[in-house]
Amino acid sequence: MTTTKGKVVYSPVFTDGAEFRIPTFKLLKQDGSLYKGAKAPDLNKDKALRIYRAMVTTRILDERMLAAQRQGRLSFYMQCTGEEAAVIGSAAALDDADMIMAQYREQGALAYRGFSIDEFMNQLFGNERDYGKGRQMPVHYGSSKLNYMTISSPLATQIPQATGYAYGQKLKGEKHCTITYFGEGAASEGDFHAALNMAAVHRVPVIFLCRNNGYAISTPAAEQFAADGVAPRAYGYKMDVIRVDGNDILAMHEATKAARSLAVGHNRPVLIEAMTYRLAAHSSSDDPSGYRSKDEEAVWREKDPILRMRLWLEKKKWWSENDEKQLQENMRREVLETMKRAQKLPPPPLDTLVSDVYDEVPPVLAGQFEKLKAHIRRHPDDYPKSAEHVKGGA
Amino acid sequence: MTQMNMLQAINNALDTAMAADERVLCFGEDVGVFGGVFRATSNLQQKYGKARCFNTPLVEQGIIGFANGLAAQGSVPVAEIQFADYIFPAFDQIVNESAKFRYRSGNLFNVGGLTIRAPYGGGIAGGLYHSQSPEAYFAHTPGLKIVVPRNPHQAKGLLLAAIHDQNPTLFFEPKRLYRASVGDVPDEDYRLPLGEAEVLKEGTDVTVLGWGAQMEVIEQAVEAAEKDGISCEVIDLRTILPWDVETVANSVFKTGRLVVTHEAPLTGGFAGEIAATIQERCFLYLESPIARVTGMDTPFPLVLEKEHLPNHLKVCEAIRSSVEF
Repeated sequence: MTTTKGKVVYSPVFTDGAEFRIPTFKLLKQDGSLYKGAKAPDLNKDKALRIYRAMVTTRILDERMLAAQRQGRLSFYMQCTGEEAAVIGSAAALDDADMIMAQYREQGALAYRGFSIDEFMNQLFGNERDYGKGRQMPVHYGSSKLNYMTISSPLATQIPQATGYAYGQKLKGEKHCTITYFGEGAASEGDFHAALNMAAVHRVPVIFLCRNNGYAISTPAAEQFAADGVAPRAYGYKMDVIRVDGNDILAMHEATKAARSLAVGHNRPVLIEAMTYRLAAHSSSDDPSGYRSKDEEAVWREKDPILRMRLWLEKKKWWSENDEKQLQENMRREVLETMKRAQKLPPPPLDTLVSDVYDEVPPVLAGQFEKLKAHIRRHPDDYPKSAEHVKGGA
Repeated sequence: MTQMNMLQAINNALDTAMAADERVLCFGEDVGVFGGVFRATSNLQQKYGKARCFNTPLVEQGIIGFANGLAAQGSVPVAEIQFADYIFPAFDQIVNESAKFRYRSGNLFNVGGLTIRAPYGGGIAGGLYHSQSPEAYFAHTPGLKIVVPRNPHQAKGLLLAAIHDQNPTLFFEPKRLYRASVGDVPDEDYRLPLGEAEVLKEGTDVTVLGWGAQMEVIEQAVEAAEKDGISCEVIDLRTILPWDVETVANSVFKTGRLVVTHEAPLTGGFAGEIAATIQERCFLYLESPIARVTGMDTPFPLVLEKEHLPNHLKVCEAIRSSVEF
């Protein structure tokens, strides 16, 4: 049945959607004061400080670990720098039992949920205490107890998975939702379209959070899509959409809180487009000087989301110069000490090479493993990470 | 026991699983009220409601992405891909996501509850895009299980096993046999083992191995060969991944000869993997080269389908050549 609610015309009329201008929601000015007419957010002191600490933790972790990568202590790293408000503001608006399915730059959400520096380090160094058993590159964190799905490198695959996960939550009658994060580049993948369309058709309690940070590695947003950002696509799916200043912690929190009410209370999926900027390189392997100017970066450095929140906290007398100094010092010390500890821990044992491929190791793989162990026994000096695990065997 | 064709057996397996566990969901293109283009999901929506059996938009990568998320959440999704030929948009979700979910998370998360059903294979005048057998693409992916049933009894028992197995499983259904294969099927819930081949007939001269619709072809070929006095041992592999090397090797130790047949093209087909493994295991016992009887290295044709397919005549010739080598 092909029906439409649109009116009928008798000559060809093309429309380009130009009449839809999606507004940008902002609350907080860069000087820490609210915009005129902006409604004061519903955010108490404890929560505000939990958010702020997570932002600072993320920034310091990113600075130190990029430095560690440059020193050769770490193979790879990715920073959240510049996008802390978009990530942490949204995560903080959720219930801690809501599911997070992130892309790879959302360590701030994990920090907010309480992932310890120790847990971050164990993953980054792939040591024996890494939950992922040293199988994935650095920053591919996951935590079942914090409801944070383990990161997967292929882009956008998590988006339709979030739709499915949230459908399961709805079916179970849970009053919970799933949020999925992705960049504006990943939104070009087919999985994005599949996920939003299915969520709208099946009325799934899922929040799609696009971090429009201006670049997909080197490709600027202007070469990613011709439209006014990612947000207008929501109309095509008949989905609620909001565009937010992604460097505005209060607006991000408020918008996501409202989105969660639509999702959980009314089974209405929501698309949030957070307008922000990736201040850091794509990864430790990238050099942005090849595709953007220092001047452009400087403009965005002025819009630092962490400083903006700090000024707001100080205006409310919830934070002081001294608090800041202490937090910075403590975090830097904890990061450094924990890094040294994590780096010294041994790698995961050899059997983690073959476990978890299936629930049980199948016979063909078990045979391959026996052959490998025999080989390592013949060449123990060539396999220093695992030689001790095969000692004493036949 | 009830006499059923393979579609009825599959429908019965889904019905059995949905009745026993409300976490079991069936979805895909046209799967809802219509019951699927082959009717494998007939009456399931009527019986279990729209929330548990439903149509999806026409997007295979979305269907499997959605299914991965559901399985990670603790549901037991049985996703249908309408034809195996159309599974490729979902290749990334299957190969990079389903297969690696448990491993990459260190077993914090898994999609073990996932089952993907897809009709495969030729012989129905389906041409390039309604005939393919894509099992070998997936057999190259650790973390997946791949199961192919040969008749209604096997279909119900293997599908129920796949649904309850704690690993993501691809269940390829031989659509040529959907209505052609009829047999007695137990009414209750029963599960046949995954990862185990089945010796259907014992013999001494040559082992003939296949799976799915090819077992019917093998049966005809063996019947003809035995008239010439050749004693054939027939094995249905049933699970392509992880496959049962022991049963096949033990048979070849005895017969000294192996003929493997599948519809998929020769180059890169799963028969190559079987041949390599068996020559390694049984080298000194082999009396003749391992023979592969497969589809040709072409896209699947239409009018010349019979010429392309590894039919009973070709399999029978290979059996004779193997014995006379």
